[in-house]
Amino acid sequence: MQRYAPLAVLVLALAFPLAVQEPYYLSFASRIFVYALAATSLNLVLGYGGMISFGHAAFVGTGAYVSSIFLAEGVASAWIGWPAAVAASALAALVIGAVSLRTRGVYFIMITLAFAQIVFFLVNSMKAYGGDEGLSLPARASTGLPVDLGSDVVFYYVALAALAGAVYGLHRLADSRFGRVIEAIRENEARAEAIGFPVYRYKLACFVVAGAVGGLAGVLLASHGKYVNPNVLHWTQSGTLMVMVILGGVGRLWGGTVGAAAFLGLEDLIANHRIDWLAAWLPDYQQHASLGVGAVLLAIVLFAPQGIAGAFARRPRA
Amino acid sequence: MLELRSVSKHFGGIVATDGVTLDVRPGEVHALIGPNGAGKTTLIAQIAGDLSCDSGAVVFEGADVTRAAQHERVRAGLARSYQITSIFGRLPVLDNLALAVQARSGSSFSFWRPVASESALADEARAIAAEVGLAGREDAVAATLAHGEQRALEVGLALATRPRLLLLDEPTAGMGPEESQAMVALIERIRAQVAVLLVEHDMDAVFRLADRISVLVSGRVIATGVPEAIRSHAEVRRAYLGEGAGA
Repeated sequence: MQRYAPLAVLVLALAFPLAVQEPYYLSFASRIFVYALAATSLNLVLGYGGMISFGHAAFVGTGAYVSSIFLAEGVASAWIGWPAAVAASALAALVIGAVSLRTRGVYFIMITLAFAQIVFFLVNSMKAYGGDEGLSLPARASTGLPVDLGSDVVFYYVALAALAGAVYGLHRLADSRFGRVIEAIRENEARAEAIGFPVYRYKLACFVVAGAVGGLAGVLLASHGKYVNPNVLHWTQSGTLMVMVILGGVGRLWGGTVGAAAFLGLEDLIANHRIDWLAAWLPDYQQHASLGVGAVLLAIVLFAPQGIAGAFARRPRA
Repeated sequence: MLELRSVSKHFGGIVATDGVTLDVRPGEVHALIGPNGAGKTTLIAQIAGDLSCDSGAVVFEGADVTRAAQHERVRAGLARSYQITSIFGRLPVLDNLALAVQARSGSSFSFWRPVASESALADEARAIAAEVGLAGREDAVAATLAHGEQRALEVGLALATRPRLLLLDEPTAGMGPEESQAMVALIERIRAQVAVLLVEHDMDAVFRLADRISVLVSGRVIATGVPEAIRSHAEVRRAYLGEGAGA
């Protein structure tokens, strides 16, 4: 049955816009897909590669900003802006990774965080593109095809396709030669080197692939809201993505997707659905949605350390 | 085939290896013995590339590999096993060995094709499992193996890289007499194909296997020679073998 579960979810996701006309929920679902894509890319480095990167927002933000700058400069075609944004994110990952991956453990966590903050302040100071106020986009990119990204339904399917492609790609990667090598490195880095793998090169490649996919998530994120501001690069954004991965399941194929859906769903639930008995007790609890998310995260870490996806999986992993 | 030219390593003020000059000839089993803390494991790490050399040179088959990364030395045919078992604990035995085979056969920058479709990797891994005495245990998760089996896998991982010189750091560490016998028998079997530099505390095994023995004391080689010569070497007896040992 478990084999068909992803297919069933995909069919449901495909049918969703037909069943639910409400623009809010369509937009909300698209947002989940975009964050799921970002969290899935982080899961590749964090869960599969065992590299605790605390700066993933740098790549999401680079993708978001580069694609937005293309639009702001009047280059409307998605065929130019989007690949350029993904390439810029990959390049950023190459540079940041090349330096950061020389370190290990807590130093790696700190140096990736530091790099992301550098990019954050850099973008903050780009007055030409809104500085700390951000950049509003006149419209989404155009494709030149009878596919109008401006339509929220079309955007929904594009985001879904990107996520589905990423999850399938991750599935293929995990069982490929490359996937085996990064698994071996995560398990025992010294031994991986001692049987002849150039460990550094594999880790860097993994980091760059994740950065590029994170960049695509950033492109979609900016495109989704037709707006981007430096907060997309803030360190708390890296933290949010990490929380999503941990919620969903570190090193699990569906970890990023499940985590993003659980995180955003919970946040929305707390903020938009007033529970009367709770409100009678704590009148302004809805202003503290992150407290609720924190409590759930704590419960997951304590009672289901493999994450939500892990709790439902047949075989243990990672 | 391996030549060490006054190789040294200091850790702060502590001298681990101090101008070690040593050679391993093609086809020989060369044992490296010495008391605890003599620098044997440091020297193995310097030869394999885990540790850099403060001074001196490591020459393997005529090429200076002193500055080469460990994975480059493995590709050149220089592989090691560890005194403290270092395996991929959460993976099955077969995957452990298949990884080592994969490392030397073709590029692993392949992101799409399932590795499971490459039966050559599994076939060769199975052959190595049989070679080291792990036939029938291929599907067991490495961490669940008995100590002796893990030691066999440890050596198997090094063997799977198909080295020309195998550096074995106390392969029989922590083994019972029977398991030790099996390890000695394994080294006897493979010595026809691969030269071995063997660090070992079990003197029975050393004198049974070694063509030549070097004695390391306080980071220096105090003697090198055939087993009989070492056995009767006065300084060695005083420094290491002690009264009555080796008799």
